[in-house]
Amino acid sequence: MNFNRPARLLHWTMAGMILAMLFIGVAMVTSLAHYDALVALHRPLGIGILILAALRLVNRWRHPPPELPADLPGWQRQAAHASHILLYGLMLGLPLIGWAMLSAAGYPIGLGGAVVLPPILPRDPTIYAWLRPLHTMLAYALFGLILAHLGAALMHGLIRKDGVFSSMALRLTTPRSR
Amino acid sequence: MSLLNDLTGASPALNPRAVLLRLGAIGGLVVGAAGAFAYVGGWFSPGTLTQARIVDRFERVNGPHPGFRRNHAKGLCLVGRFESTSRGERLSKASLFAAGQITPVTGRIALAGGQPYAADAATTVRSLALRFQLPDGEEWRTGNNDIPVFPVRTPEAFYAQLLAAKPDPATGKPDPEALKAFFAANPESATAAALIKERRITSGFADDTFRGLNAFQFVAGDGTETPVRWAFVPGQAETAESAAQTARADKNYLFDEFETAVRRAPVRWHLVASLGEAGDPTADATRPWPAERTSVDLGTVIVTATEAEADGNCRDVNFDPLVLPAGIAGSDDPLLSARSAAYAQSFARRAGEPKAPSAVHDVPAAGAGL
Repeated sequence: MNFNRPARLLHWTMAGMILAMLFIGVAMVTSLAHYDALVALHRPLGIGILILAALRLVNRWRHPPPELPADLPGWQRQAAHASHILLYGLMLGLPLIGWAMLSAAGYPIGLGGAVVLPPILPRDPTIYAWLRPLHTMLAYALFGLILAHLGAALMHGLIRKDGVFSSMALRLTTPRSR
Repeated sequence: MSLLNDLTGASPALNPRAVLLRLGAIGGLVVGAAGAFAYVGGWFSPGTLTQARIVDRFERVNGPHPGFRRNHAKGLCLVGRFESTSRGERLSKASLFAAGQITPVTGRIALAGGQPYAADAATTVRSLALRFQLPDGEEWRTGNNDIPVFPVRTPEAFYAQLLAAKPDPATGKPDPEALKAFFAANPESATAAALIKERRITSGFADDTFRGLNAFQFVAGDGTETPVRWAFVPGQAETAESAAQTARADKNYLFDEFETAVRRAPVRWHLVASLGEAGDPTADATRPWPAERTSVDLGTVIVTATEAEADGNCRDVNFDPLVLPAGIAGSDDPLLSARSAAYAQSFARRAGEPKAPSAVHDVPAAGAGL
């Protein structure tokens, strides 16, 4: 049993976007020369991730993921379950917190051209001061979680060889129908 | 089956050596990804100049003033509008330049420096920051100073100058040797400092000219880009700063006079764009453009009220020079991105700090109730 094709496409598209997003985020806060260009990428990319994460959640509800192998130890099963909840929470939560914190700071949230998102929180510097470090902390948490996810996926693919990795693998050629 | 295979749940097809190799490869990949992240985040290059270090230096030079801007700390809010002349329409598609357009404006006049309680002084650089609120959530924010050119060309020179120009507590003046060394290392700043020193000092904010200093690009509806530098030129005639003014005991005389002037009649500035030509420096704010460049009067900023800094007004606005509407874009000037970064850092720090009242209070209307 594999993830359906939309799930696999969404997974790998978002993997690229989220990794790019995390690297842009960590670079922009220490880069004077490229700060503006990086922030200008960070905003629309974040909204893109938010939209795709919502689509993905809907797809997951309609097409539940394949079962984990029966011989997987219980703690690994629980870790997989918990980490997926956290991954979804952060994929949705980080862009929302970013949007909310920029709203609280009173910044126009430009996505490019003349497109500006409406604020989702009232303007309040105190809220901004609270959300801004939270956004960073959760971004680090997401990066850590992605590293754990990557390590676990490779354990399945290279060592356990139990079909978990290949259930999400993106095949360039469509497999011939049986 | 080895212990290793049992522990990892490895496929029986793999011998322990292969498991070990593969584990090593996975570990290497994960550690490599973490290392790349740390590298991009600057953990391995502590010497690089960052926005945090710039704001740290402001705090070190000026001392702690929680809740206040780290630079241009002493200020007064203003409210008004912008009336377009329609002459900017062919240069920029930004809606505020369209014929007959009236755009709400809020802003802030301030004195440069990180001392929120410093007494007003004639030679302190004055600033005019404005926030134009365009339809559909677009904004144009701009910070402008009453000097002809900016004193430094790069963020690194700015950082060095902050320390070199720090007043010695004993003399109240910067260490001449430190300044000499700074100018020797940054000769363009010596030239700029001379131009800045020569400027005419006017009697107050209302008759002063404020310049954007950095170059920007105007983008027209057909995509044509024009390099511009803008200035806010006073609607009223300039008068020179008088000795009587300078000798006043009122520590806020510049702000108080502006408040009084606005109460008497709206204060106006023409927004005049100077159009750059081939060869005009766009990435060097220390060098003026030739005076004969075409200038276009884009419209008038009309200030109708002032307001002491308080919750929710200009105090809580970051006048980031790269908050721009479609139709205005940044240039290759390295100061712009650095300003944007440092302003955001200053804003994030002060946002969470307790607020003290500004030194500049609302002046009670003269003769009110009489």
